[in-house]
Amino acid sequence: MRYHRLRQRRALGSLGTALALLCAVLAAGALLAILGYVVVQGIGAINWAFLTQLPHPIGVPGGGVGNGILGTFIIIGIATAMAVPIGLLTGIYLALFGRGPIPEALRFMSDVLSGVPSIAIGLFAYAVLVAPLKHFSAFSASFAFMMLMLPLMVRTSEQAIRSVPQTVREGALALGMSNFRATIYIVVPTARPAIITALLLAIARVTGETAPLLFTAFGTQYWETNPNHPMAVLALQVFNYAISPYPDWQAQAWAGALLLVAAVFVLSLGARLMLRRAMRGLES
Amino acid sequence: MNSEVSEPRFRRVARFVSAADRGFAAVVYGGSILFALLIVGLFVELVLGSWPSIVHFGPAFIWKSAWDPSTSKFGALPMIYGTVVTSFIAIVLAAFVGIMAAVFLADFAPRWLAAPLSFLIELLAAVPSVVYGLWGLFVLSPFVRTAIGPALQKVLGWTPLFAGPIYGVGLLTAGIILALMIVPTVTAISRDVIVAIPRDLREASMALGSTKWETATRVVLPAARVGIFGACVLALGRALGETIAVTMVIGNRPQISASLFAPSYTLASVIANEFTEATTSIYISALIELGLILFIVSIVVNGLARLMIWRVRGSS
Amino acid sequence: MTAAAPAIGALLMTEDLSAYYGEREAVGNVSLTFARKAVTAVIGPSGCGKTTLLRCLNRIHEVAFDARVAGRVLLDGDDIYASDVDPMAIRRRVGMVFQRPNPFPTLSILDNTLSCAGRTLTRRQRLECAERALHSAALWDEVKDKLRSSPLRLSGGQQQRLCIARAIAAEPEVLLMDEPTASLDPIATAVIEELMSRLSDDFTIVAVTHNMQQAARVSDYTAFMLADQDGVGRLIEVDETAKLFTKPADRRTEDYITGRFG
Repeated sequence: MRYHRLRQRRALGSLGTALALLCAVLAAGALLAILGYVVVQGIGAINWAFLTQLPHPIGVPGGGVGNGILGTFIIIGIATAMAVPIGLLTGIYLALFGRGPIPEALRFMSDVLSGVPSIAIGLFAYAVLVAPLKHFSAFSASFAFMMLMLPLMVRTSEQAIRSVPQTVREGALALGMSNFRATIYIVVPTARPAIITALLLAIARVTGETAPLLFTAFGTQYWETNPNHPMAVLALQVFNYAISPYPDWQAQAWAGALLLVAAVFVLSLGARLMLRRAMRGLES
Repeated sequence: MNSEVSEPRFRRVARFVSAADRGFAAVVYGGSILFALLIVGLFVELVLGSWPSIVHFGPAFIWKSAWDPSTSKFGALPMIYGTVVTSFIAIVLAAFVGIMAAVFLADFAPRWLAAPLSFLIELLAAVPSVVYGLWGLFVLSPFVRTAIGPALQKVLGWTPLFAGPIYGVGLLTAGIILALMIVPTVTAISRDVIVAIPRDLREASMALGSTKWETATRVVLPAARVGIFGACVLALGRALGETIAVTMVIGNRPQISASLFAPSYTLASVIANEFTEATTSIYISALIELGLILFIVSIVVNGLARLMIWRVRGSS
Repeated sequence: MTAAAPAIGALLMTEDLSAYYGEREAVGNVSLTFARKAVTAVIGPSGCGKTTLLRCLNRIHEVAFDARVAGRVLLDGDDIYASDVDPMAIRRRVGMVFQRPNPFPTLSILDNTLSCAGRTLTRRQRLECAERALHSAALWDEVKDKLRSSPLRLSGGQQQRLCIARAIAAEPEVLLMDEPTASLDPIATAVIEELMSRLSDDFTIVAVTHNMQQAARVSDYTAFMLADQDGVGRLIEVDETAKLFTKPADRRTEDYITGRFG
């Protein structure tokens, strides 16, 4: 009985497939639309002055985001310096002491942290490092960024160390190496490509983060290198310029957005390449 | 030669005996404890910061709708409303587009098309929130105000949802931007779940005479529904916490209105918008309490999502 | 259970050794003496516990989750499982070569060889130590020009000889070999078998193998193990190789050797 409705069913199927295709293209196309717009709007304002100068006062055209770019590097640098040791050590603990209630609790906490909105993490950084000290600081922003990077670092460190073949670790121990030497000199270096990949992805994620910066780094008009002071950050500048009523600043917002997108894409692609190299290394 | 021992003497051997190993163990334990402390501290600080507000307003905070800093009257209801509505719009749009896209990528796309399309959609997830906000503010908002809004109003203006003035910024625009932001999550995870459905199921269905489309929608999707639902819940979790893009396109007005074109507020965007202006301590505490609500909601939603996805995928 | 090889010159012996994974007993009450500076082969069908027994001899068994040991293992008269003994010290005296070659992938060939040689040696002493070890492992000529390159470029047989060199460089007294040629082609296997005979001039060697012909070719003494009906590995018989293979004392040994099972 279904057979003479075959043509209708086929047609419905084609329609459905077309719809599905449309959705996929829509999603992918949205990306291209956004990217294209950012490039078109932003490329014009990118020049050496933009990249190296300080912002000009309101109403004075020109100026740049030099201090924001510098601030981004400093804040992410400090965050990485904190996130990597803590994340790696926790990952080592989880890999070495895999089973049991305490490791499971740690993994659960890591999963919880990965789902916490970044603004709530910003509030935490504020409560711990801004309110008691009564001033904004780049360090508090780094602290917030560290929290955002940790779950990825912990999870990947554990997986990477676990995936080092058991025989490599046993080989090290069988030679009489202490657990310390075996882990630090043999197992972790073997897992290094995967860990670096995770680091690049974590950095890509925080490069575009703006919400926690609103009340940690806060921003400034000047060059700043002291992490104990408020600092300009590119993502924050883009936000502030975007919601301002000045066309000149809005144009700079697009240019800054282009820089952010470029940075994030380069990091993500770098991570992918690293991952492919790591996979190839394991195959041999 | 027989040993003098008649019953086994079990030796549980210490793993770290030498001094170097003891130091190593101490450092590893220390790092892990610090990690745990940070997360516990996060929760504790949020509670401590909200405490004055919790004590002052009590549970009524959740259903009071006044948000007036000048008289220190704070209620979370407008923010909860805005969060729920924008996330709902986002998940409805993203679920439809995302699941359809996932079906296409998993079962219909030729390999030369599937890879680049998947890649592009995943790249959407990497775009920073502030860039979405920028695009939403300068491209989508005017578009909603001049094209989408009037079109919807013409067709559906008789419902309260689409009545009222169209500003461009508002619940609908925020919902659309959120949908764009969470579509990659829905698509990627759904695609993985669909691909993991064993081939025998599809082949059995086709052998019974179903078309490919019927197989995909009537056999594969239902089989994958737990994982796909999990993907949607996970995406919902992301939408709930999204701050910057939303705050740039939602209009930032603490009001509850039926019209989707009206400006509104979300839990996250009010914190972003007002925290640095908050002068009184009760104001700050109220904002932190909103952050705490956001924190708890995100844990519950994410926990649910992971439970569902984990059950389907086996492990993550 | 049973008897021992000649007690004269015994360096390594087990006394009523049992090994467990959690509740499961994998090896039961094995008392075995390994002759000094000779090759003792341990043979038996899969699952008879021979590898587990081997791993108890250098305390690698306990690295596995839930692994436990009962009984004693005496190295030069001292129980290696005594409570104040550092497992690392034992493992430096009792080296191990694994079934599949496992050179450290992030270290060069030279650094691999020296990974557990003494750390206080000067640079020249370290190079000499590496050269000696690689010579003993019959690998020096093949790698002397590429000491700094990655060991992953070597063939399987070369990697295994590298692992042997690495184990020797630590100057152990005993060398444990867990089916060392199982993953190698016949030519590489022959090279390593020849190596084993030469190495036994300097080291006490215990080799687990599932290849009876290899045991017959290479070893001076052979021990035969079998899992009983509860799955516990037991020592059935141990004797000089020639004697074990021509006139085994136990019926089960004879069955195994003549191929009636396993």
